[in-house]
Amino acid sequence: MTAAGSAPLLDVQDLSVSFRTDRGLVRAVDRVSLHVESGETLAIVGESGSGKSVTALSILRLIDTAGSIDGGRILFDGEDLLRHDEATMRAIRGDRIAMIFQEPMSSLNPVLTIGKQVGEPIRLHRGSVWKQAYERAAELLRRVRIPDASGRLKDYPHHFSGGMRQRAMIAMALACRPRLIIADEPTTALDVTVQAQILALLKELTREANSALILITHDLGVVARYADRVAVMYAGRVVETATARALYADPRHPYTAGLMASIPTLDGDVEGSRRLATIPGQPPDLAALPEGCAFAPRCPHAFERCGQPPPLEETEAGRFSACHFRPPSGGAQGASPRMEQNAVTR
Amino acid sequence: MTDALLQVQDLKVHFPVREGLLQREVGSVKAVDGVSFELRRGETFGLVGESGCGKSTTALAVLRMIEPTAGRIVFEGEDVTGHTRASMRSIRRRMQMVYQDPFGALNPRMKVQDIIGEPLAVHGLAKDRSAWRARISELMDLVGLLPDMADRYPHEFSGGQRQRIGIARALALEPSLVICDEPVSALDVSIQAQVINLLVELQERLRLTYLFIAHDLSVVRHISDRIGVMYLGRIVEVADRDTLFKNPRHPYTQALLNAVPLPDPELESRRPENLIAGEVPSVRNPPTGCRFHPRCPEAMEVCSQEVPVLHGEPPTGQVACHLHPPSG
Repeated sequence: MTAAGSAPLLDVQDLSVSFRTDRGLVRAVDRVSLHVESGETLAIVGESGSGKSVTALSILRLIDTAGSIDGGRILFDGEDLLRHDEATMRAIRGDRIAMIFQEPMSSLNPVLTIGKQVGEPIRLHRGSVWKQAYERAAELLRRVRIPDASGRLKDYPHHFSGGMRQRAMIAMALACRPRLIIADEPTTALDVTVQAQILALLKELTREANSALILITHDLGVVARYADRVAVMYAGRVVETATARALYADPRHPYTAGLMASIPTLDGDVEGSRRLATIPGQPPDLAALPEGCAFAPRCPHAFERCGQPPPLEETEAGRFSACHFRPPSGGAQGASPRMEQNAVTR
Repeated sequence: MTDALLQVQDLKVHFPVREGLLQREVGSVKAVDGVSFELRRGETFGLVGESGCGKSTTALAVLRMIEPTAGRIVFEGEDVTGHTRASMRSIRRRMQMVYQDPFGALNPRMKVQDIIGEPLAVHGLAKDRSAWRARISELMDLVGLLPDMADRYPHEFSGGQRQRIGIARALALEPSLVICDEPVSALDVSIQAQVINLLVELQERLRLTYLFIAHDLSVVRHISDRIGVMYLGRIVEVADRDTLFKNPRHPYTQALLNAVPLPDPELESRRPENLIAGEVPSVRNPPTGCRFHPRCPEAMEVCSQEVPVLHGEPPTGQVACHLHPPSG
């Protein structure tokens, strides 16, 4: 199929991924659908085991040999990435789709200079000679605001601070002007003042290039500051998607509402109660998920129907939620579930 | 002050830097360089700062798990800096630590009952095995774990439950001071709230005093009565929680608060992006004068020359900044 004019840049449809573990086959990603447009920032949020990183790695077909993609389509610019052979995927990775990982120290090669690593994708995908690749690398390092960029091409990663390494990673990712950048917890390992600089830079540079950005994070503050749209994942499924504003103003899925209620904030009043609302229970065990909705055991609204898996349905224009429970109409925030206060869970 | 449980006065922890064949001492890393603060009985004092600011080293020095280079630590009216290792042991019963990593802090080959009960055995606090087991059940119940899980091993528990085990172990000796070093930062968001609530509840029930170390400002704000902000081995500001968040005085505190994204897209869109440049410099070679001056948007000439002194009275808070000189 060829791309229709209005099709999103990336359209993931019903993606399922499972892993062989010593406890049997585990479905890490379960019929996930999401899309992102050029110039847009989509945040995928979720806790550990929610499948957010596996989804990202699957888009680039980078999951390890214990995992396999069981079904679905990953349409990028109209072509299904799941139908490509490895050589074609190698040509796409780092060129049209780039990825930024959490740990810059383990993603950079410690025995190669920064110049070599930032220049490599240009040489590989653009066939440039090293001289040109180095010139472009220096230009990229300047764009990510590394002082004395051309002088630092010969430095090794250990000469760089954590923030500078992540800047170098961003420079590498931007090298071939990718249409899509996937950043998996890009600032989790960094200090908060540096985190803010890096995310602001990433956002600015992707916007300039009209690229799409998928930001994978567990930090609801980061999502609020940088995302246009959000997909919330739980136990391998997308449970809710909405624009960032709509999601924070009125979370529809009880899991989203619970998450929002349980984070301490920097504004608002603490005096009233020092107890935070909590989501009772433990994160789901992917090897032993319940039949129906995976959140049901922790959900304050669970009822009989939750024994059936809820489909992701459009509840209003642009908003999707996978939940059988329908809050009484008209009540926006008021209808969001009140989570169990002060639960001592066992 | 009479209600002070812990007083830390001009604490310094310097690590020697050795180089060359003879391992000669060529300098020192001043990880903690003149830190003073006080914990009142029953309060939570939050210590915040970015990596390398010395907050964890301060905690370890209070417990004397690292030897302080200089300064005084007065705990329950007693100067603990002069104690020998042996006499420190009885003092350490009264101050316990909860660690960040619930995966690394528990011995994977020990049953939960042995992990929680070990301090009781070491200090000879259980008359016999049945008293020991009863106390363990009590502690497990206190932190919200089922006592019949006592025979299990740490890997059978989730992250949040493991942190509960760590808390139960810390409480086994009935300490008055509990030092929490990033106790929730390794946990999922939905589990963080459970552990924070548990800590708040235990404080009320057992009249505990917390020294709460974290880099997450919203968590620190939630749990602390007073907060100290550290930068490169020094405290730059101490204030009541509300004062600190509503009216931060030190430019570093202001920068830190600006850098934290708020979980509200509405607020975020109206907030000016006012970020400070640069990164925390190396502790090995800190800037002269005020250590924040190279990154400070309001730095003056004096800031690179003179070290600002932490001054001020408790109600308004203390600040170490040349923009806020001591009055008179």
